[in-house]
Amino acid sequence: MTAPISELPAHPSRARSLARALGAPLVGGIMGLSIGAILVLLAGANVGEVYWAMLRGAFGGQRQITETFLKATPLLIVGLGLTVAFRARVWNIGGEGQFFMGALFGSVIALSFPNLPQPLLLMMMLMAAAIGGMLWALLAAYMKVRWNVNVIISTLMLNYIALFFVLYMARGPLQDPGGYLPESAQFVAAARMPHLFGTRIHLGVLLAFLLVPFVYVLLWSTPLGFRLRAVGSRASVARYAGINVERAILFVMGFSGALIGLAGIIEVSSLHTRLKGDISGGYGFTGILVALLGRMNPVGVAVASILFAALIIGAESMHVVSGLPDALADAIQAIIVLSVLAVDALVRRRQNR
Amino acid sequence: MTTTSPPIVQMRGIVKRFPGALANAGVDFDLLPGEIHALLGENGAGKTTLMNILYGLYMPDEGELRLYGQPVAFSSARDAIAHGLGMVHQHFMLVQTLTVSDNIILGQRSPRSPLLEDTKKVHQRLHALSERYGLAIDPAAELWKLSVGEQQRVEILKALYRGADILILDEPTAVLAPQEVDELLEILHRLTEEGKSIVFISHKLDEVLKTSDRITVLRDGKVVATVKPADVDKQMLARMMVGRDVLLTVAKGVAKPAEPRLRVIDLWANSDRNLPALRGINLEVRSGEILGIAGVAGNGQSELEEVIAGLRRETSGRVQICGQEATHSTPRQIGQMGLAHIPSDRYRMGLLPDFTVAENMFLQRIGDPPFTRRGFLNWNMIRSKAQELISAYNVRGATGDTTAGSLSGGNAQKMILARELTRNPKVLLAAQPTRGLDVSAVAYVHEQLVKQRDGGVAILLISTELDEILALSDRIAVLYEGEVVGVIDAANADINEIGLLMAGSKHMEHSEATA
Repeated sequence: MTAPISELPAHPSRARSLARALGAPLVGGIMGLSIGAILVLLAGANVGEVYWAMLRGAFGGQRQITETFLKATPLLIVGLGLTVAFRARVWNIGGEGQFFMGALFGSVIALSFPNLPQPLLLMMMLMAAAIGGMLWALLAAYMKVRWNVNVIISTLMLNYIALFFVLYMARGPLQDPGGYLPESAQFVAAARMPHLFGTRIHLGVLLAFLLVPFVYVLLWSTPLGFRLRAVGSRASVARYAGINVERAILFVMGFSGALIGLAGIIEVSSLHTRLKGDISGGYGFTGILVALLGRMNPVGVAVASILFAALIIGAESMHVVSGLPDALADAIQAIIVLSVLAVDALVRRRQNR
Repeated sequence: MTTTSPPIVQMRGIVKRFPGALANAGVDFDLLPGEIHALLGENGAGKTTLMNILYGLYMPDEGELRLYGQPVAFSSARDAIAHGLGMVHQHFMLVQTLTVSDNIILGQRSPRSPLLEDTKKVHQRLHALSERYGLAIDPAAELWKLSVGEQQRVEILKALYRGADILILDEPTAVLAPQEVDELLEILHRLTEEGKSIVFISHKLDEVLKTSDRITVLRDGKVVATVKPADVDKQMLARMMVGRDVLLTVAKGVAKPAEPRLRVIDLWANSDRNLPALRGINLEVRSGEILGIAGVAGNGQSELEEVIAGLRRETSGRVQICGQEATHSTPRQIGQMGLAHIPSDRYRMGLLPDFTVAENMFLQRIGDPPFTRRGFLNWNMIRSKAQELISAYNVRGATGDTTAGSLSGGNAQKMILARELTRNPKVLLAAQPTRGLDVSAVAYVHEQLVKQRDGGVAILLISTELDEILALSDRIAVLYEGEVVGVIDAANADINEIGLLMAGSKHMEHSEATA
């Protein structure tokens, strides 16, 4: 397969574009760490120790690496889903809602058919989750195509509806008959993601990383992907070229919703093992950053999701080791992300001049 | 007019280089007080560059600029304005939702900053100016309610309000209807009577001869000559402009029209503002002929183009392509019926600037074999086929991997031409096919269109350049306010008659462009 690397916006040469793709995040990362170091110093801790704790927490051993990959999984799937939408310039901010709806649909299957054999049950759960996320996203897409409702606004609002709907389901129809908390009964063992290679790495992690080449091929090796990117490049030209822009909007929203819905049920089935209100931790929003930081390129998104996960896991361990407040860890995380994005934007501006 | 007084603007040896182009190669230019000085030349001759230097938008690489005998160097338009210069650009710099007076004080420092200027006082001053120069502009009017001609006068008023004594007008008549042109020329004379001096950029020979006191002809960034209108005629000016005897007609034989391929029947359509833009158009284009649509810009050309291409819904009427009903079809279906389309707006329709030339070459066909095999894009095929077309159509400065946005206008147009013509069209919709192109590219495009005609393609040529219509068409239909007001056989076309039709002052009895 000779998919072009030239998909990124106009570059004079590939070597330079590669240097930039790697260079900007690196410079930005170092900058972010340096600024974060000031915060650490102000808090009266040893910078070297703190950062070492972070690094070790994220990559210091098999267990730590496993944790990082587990954390990266939902981020990666959400980021890939959003990449497809963003490539067509459809700003799906509704990852959070689609995540919840995917989790809900999948959970209904898990709770309704506890006696099915595991492969069948898991397959049905994943399919239901994809459909749930897709339908939720299509709602916004339909409003866009039919009444030109701004996608950013509609998806953002649908997030709240989805969250509260799941909360209602978890304390109402789906509540554990034997419990008092607003959560469903625990999934049977067959409804949980099977672990692989004797580690905590589960089927969902594998699935997430298999989606990377899938999305890549979709975007750059199929006529469909070409059309989606054409719509994103300039919708008026795409229309002239005979591309159905409305259909493209429906497709990318449905596709990204389906992927994000998958992320929802994978997270619930592997980690929480029951449906409840606090299953997301903002993956729908963090996924936006992952997609943008990964420059809307599936491989870049994979790298970004791992780095993000490492930051989160590393910060937790830093909090434990150094006793620094976890708010500080959050702040350092945010500073690093901001720095990377800022350096990236600066480089881009200079190149466009 | 005082031709003996010393020049107020002197430009000496102006050189301006752009990456890959020498826009001005040592230009001398003088403006005398109270004169209308026309700057004539083809696209890319360096007219606008020269005036942008005078107006402070560009810095010259070499050369000297003197104002009232004093050397000056403007670092910005603000500088130039402070020295009494004013420029009316081809595309107006106006905010549609504001009033005339708000547009005029926009960006100006208010004397009682941070508060805005007293609206009443501004209105009074604008009234006085408008009256003095016969501009007939109401300062309180909202801009979007004004016609194009009126908006242009707002631009003039803006320059005058800011104290301009020297006015630069960049192709001011390109956007105007013929009556508005006459009004503008009258205003220009009024301005010079009141002591203003005017540079008038144009590539239209007639109005230059009619209006100006002196004419400077530019070609390839150099001055060919500065002449008085009395000493030259159109043919001479054209020769100076282009550098050789101008062939107003490309070499083409007699058309052999065959069966009708494009039919437009009683077509009505609205503009973006939801006003009727096409009112009952009837056209028929046959295989092997070029039907030219003449008319001043804004008389329904773009709406006609878009409805035929399937990009705009008609309000009533029908379009048929090769006998098939195309009225409610999508652009894709219309393409499959055999229509290829060279769009009037290259960047809004014709190409994806951040996609490669190879990707742009097969924009409509990339999902069909051989470009897609078993559901996957065949990049090797796409690249190699694109390379063939790049060579065949001589798209300079391009490989398959170049982004289309980095091509010059002429080469981008060649790319579009290559794409559309290799679709083997039965009907070719060519809208403003040479807009913004230089002479050689124009000749190339014209040649290709005639070749297509001779190959049996039915061509509908929509152009606001009357010369182009006359050079290419076998029959000419004149569009005025959304109606076909006359159809003329090109063999015995009378320019005056067409001009009258374009101006709307004449209406032929049988206005249906059916053969």
